[in-house]
Amino acid sequence: MIEYNRFTLDNGLTVLVHEDTATPMAVVNVLYDVGARDEHPNKTGFAHLFEHLMFGGSIHIADYDEPLQRAGGDNNAYTTNDLTNYYCQLPAENIETAFWLESDRMLSLAFSEKSLSVQRKVVCEEFKEHYINKPYGDVWKQMRALAYTVHPYQWMTIGKELSHVENAHIEDVKHFFFKHYRPVNAILVVAGNVKTEAIKKLAEKWFGPIEMGDKYIRCLPQEPVQDQARRLTVEAEVPLDAFAKTWHMDARLNKGYYTADLITEILGGGASSRLYQSLVKEQKLFSNLDCYHFGSLDAGLLTIEGKLVKGVDINKAEQAITEQIQQIQEQPVSIVELTKVKNKTESVIAFEDMSIMSRASSLAMYELMGDASLMNTELEKYQEINPQDIVDYSKQLFRESNSNTLHYLAK
Amino acid sequence: MINMLNRTIQPPITDAVSFDLKLRKCEQYQLDNQVPVYSMNAGTQDVLMIEWVFKAGNWFEQKNIVAGTTNFLLKNGTTKKTAFQLNDHFEFYGAYLNRTCYNETASITLHCLSKHINELLPVVAEIMVDSIFPEEELVTYKQNQKQKLEVSLKKCDFIANRLIDEYVYGFHHPYGKYTSTLDYDQLNREELITFFNRFYAEGHCTIFTAGKIPADLQNQLNKYFGILPLQQRAIPHIQYNLQSAEEKKHQIINDANGVQGAIRIARTFPNKHHPDYQKTQILNNVLGGFFGSRLMSNIREDKGYTYGIHSYIQNHIGDTAWMISTEAGRDVCEATISEVYKEMEILQNELIDEDELSLVKNYMLGSVLGDLDGPFQLIARWKNYVLNNLDEQYFYNSVQLIKSTGAEELNELAKKYLSPSDFYELTVI
Repeated sequence: MIEYNRFTLDNGLTVLVHEDTATPMAVVNVLYDVGARDEHPNKTGFAHLFEHLMFGGSIHIADYDEPLQRAGGDNNAYTTNDLTNYYCQLPAENIETAFWLESDRMLSLAFSEKSLSVQRKVVCEEFKEHYINKPYGDVWKQMRALAYTVHPYQWMTIGKELSHVENAHIEDVKHFFFKHYRPVNAILVVAGNVKTEAIKKLAEKWFGPIEMGDKYIRCLPQEPVQDQARRLTVEAEVPLDAFAKTWHMDARLNKGYYTADLITEILGGGASSRLYQSLVKEQKLFSNLDCYHFGSLDAGLLTIEGKLVKGVDINKAEQAITEQIQQIQEQPVSIVELTKVKNKTESVIAFEDMSIMSRASSLAMYELMGDASLMNTELEKYQEINPQDIVDYSKQLFRESNSNTLHYLAK
Repeated sequence: MINMLNRTIQPPITDAVSFDLKLRKCEQYQLDNQVPVYSMNAGTQDVLMIEWVFKAGNWFEQKNIVAGTTNFLLKNGTTKKTAFQLNDHFEFYGAYLNRTCYNETASITLHCLSKHINELLPVVAEIMVDSIFPEEELVTYKQNQKQKLEVSLKKCDFIANRLIDEYVYGFHHPYGKYTSTLDYDQLNREELITFFNRFYAEGHCTIFTAGKIPADLQNQLNKYFGILPLQQRAIPHIQYNLQSAEEKKHQIINDANGVQGAIRIARTFPNKHHPDYQKTQILNNVLGGFFGSRLMSNIREDKGYTYGIHSYIQNHIGDTAWMISTEAGRDVCEATISEVYKEMEILQNELIDEDELSLVKNYMLGSVLGDLDGPFQLIARWKNYVLNNLDEQYFYNSVQLIKSTGAEELNELAKKYLSPSDFYELTVI
C-alpha cells in the first residue's frame, strides 16, 4: 500500500506527496501529459526532441544540470508514445533547488537557437545509434506502420525519419511548449524524506505563479477494428531470419488489458513459459522468442517476436506459434499455471515499489490515468481473472484478422 | 507575490561535503562449513535477495568459455529435475534465479518475496550439488549462443568492447579474451562437469543476503548450504601478466555502410588498493564520469557529435583500465577523438577551478548518499569491498578523499595518467 497526499494549485497543477522517512533522499517527478501520440504526422519525434531541449536552459536559469549537481542531485527524463516524464533525486534538505529548477522550466524555456541546433544533432545520433546502425533496428518502425492505419502509435517516439527532427524550428518549439507544458497539463509528485505541509508551501511559492494555460484536450483518431490480416516481408542485411506478429489489445484501464498481460506471461514470461519451452527448447525452431506488450495507454499491441534457428522455414515456425495460440484459445489454463503468473505479477509489483524514484513515477502515471489510488488496486485486478477469462480473451485477441505479421528475412 | 520571488538565484543548499555519511553495518556470520555470510536486513518491501558468489570465474578455466557455460547451464538440469522443472519451480513462486559469470567470480542470485524462501532454498542447493549439464541442453545452448554472437558481431560497439580489452590486457588474459564460434564448437560436456565439481560442488563460496530477512534465515542457510563440502580445497593460484598490444592506434571497418563509429580510448590503471585509485575517481568525474563532465559538455552538449560519451575505470579486482567510450557520427569520429585528447591535455596543463571542483565533489557525495539508500544497493557496496579484500574503512577514506583532494593533486594525477600517448585508441565503423 503506497500512501500519498494530493492537492491542486489554483493554476490546475496536481501535486502528490509520498512521505518516506526511511530515506535521506527526495525525488521530484514532473509528468507532462504529452507524448509522441500527440505529434503531427509530418513533425514526428518532436515530443522526444523537446525533452532534450528542456535541459537547454530556462528563462531565468542558463543551465539545468549544474545547480542540481551542486546540490548533490541527479536527474533524467524519458518520453514514450503516451507521456513525457522528468525526475530528479537529491538529498532531501536540498529539495528547494529542484522546485526552483522545475518551476522555472515550466514557466518558460529560454528557447535558445544554439540548444536546438545541438540537440537536433544529438537526437539524430541517438536515432542512428539505436535504430539505423543496429541489425533489426527498424523492426518496430515497420511494425507500427503496418499495425496502425490512423492512430499516431504508427510511429516510434524517436520519430518516423531523421528529416523530421532535422527540420524542427524554434517556432515549433515555442508552440509545442505553450500548448503542452502548462501547469494544467502536468502532475508533480514529490517522494522521500519530506512533509506534505512543507511541500505545499514550496509548490505554491514556486509553481503557484505560473499561468495555468489551456487544458489540452486529446482528440486522437482511434484505430478502427482491424478486419483483415496484414502481412509484410522485408529483406535486410541481417544474419538471421526474424519473425514478429502483433495483435491489437485493450487500452490500459480495460479488463482486457490485465487479461492480455497475464497471457503474455503464460506464453512468454521466463524460461518455463509455453513458447520458450515448446518452440525454443523442444521444437528448436527459434533461438530466442519473446511475448510482450508496451503497457500503452490507448489500445496497444500484444507482440510475439523471435529469431529463427538457421535453416528453419519461417512458415513452419509461424505455424508452430499458431498451434500454441490455438491451445490457449481452446484449453483453459490450469489453476497452477494461472497462480504462477499471478505470483509473478505480485513479485514484479513488490520489486518495482522498492525505490522512491519508481514509486514517484508510478504515482504520476496512475494519476495521469485518472487516479493515483489505482496503483494500490492493481494486484486485485489480476487476482480476479479466471481461466475462462483467458480463453475468452484469447479468442477475441488472437483472431487472424486482428493480426499483423512481419517476416524480416536475411538477404 | 511574483515580485518577491527571485528566480535567478539558487535557493540555499547544504553542501554535500558537510554530510556525515555513514555506511550501515553488515551483519556477518559463518555457516558450519566456514562459508561466510554477509547480511543486510533493511527495506520496507517484503522482498529478499540472496547471492552465492563462487570463485569460479573465467580466471580458473583452462579453455575459453568453460566457466561462462558452466555458470549459464547450472539451471538446466539435475539428476531429479529437468531444466523446465527447475525454471517452473522458481517462476511459480514469482522468483528470479539468475546466474552471472565474471572474471574472478561467478554468481547465482535469487530474488524473491520473503514469504517463499523456504520453498526455494532446497532447490538452489540441489543445483549446487547435483547439476548434470545434459548433452541436449548443451547442444541447444551452443546453437543459440552462436546465433546470438553472429548478430552481435554486426554491432560496432560490441566489436569495439572486445578489441579494446584485447589491446589493453592481451588475449590470453581473462580481462582481454573473448568468444568465437569455434569456442562453442569445441566445448564438451565433460569439461563442464569437471569445472562444476571443482569450482562449485567443492568450490569456495561467499553468501550475500539483503532485504527483509526472515528470522530463521541463518538456520535455513545452514541447513541447506552449511553441510556442503565447500571451502575445503585450496583455490588454485593462477597469475596472468598483462600483454598489452604494441600498436596503439587501430581502425576497423566492420560495416562499410555504418553511419556511426564506436570509439574506445583506454590505458592500463592500477587496482583499488593503489593510493591513486580513489582520488583518480574525482578526476575521472571531471573528465567524463557524469552528465556535467567536460567530455559530455564539450562533445555532446556543445558539438552534438554523439548521444553520449563517458569515461570510467573498469571495475576489476586486479589491475584494470581507464576507458573513454562513445558512439559518434561517422564523419565526426576523428574530431571526437581529437577533442578527447584536448580535454586530457587541459587537465594536465591547467588547474580545475574551485567552482567546478566543488560541484563535482557535491555531485559525487550526493550520489554516494543516494547509493546508500535501500538494502540491495547497500549489500552491493559491501560485496564490492569483500570481494576486493577491502573493508568499511575504504568507504570512509573514499568520502574523506572526495572532501579533501585539491586541484593541485588532481593536476598531478592528470600529468601521471592522462598523457594521450599512453592511450590505446580504437574506432570501429
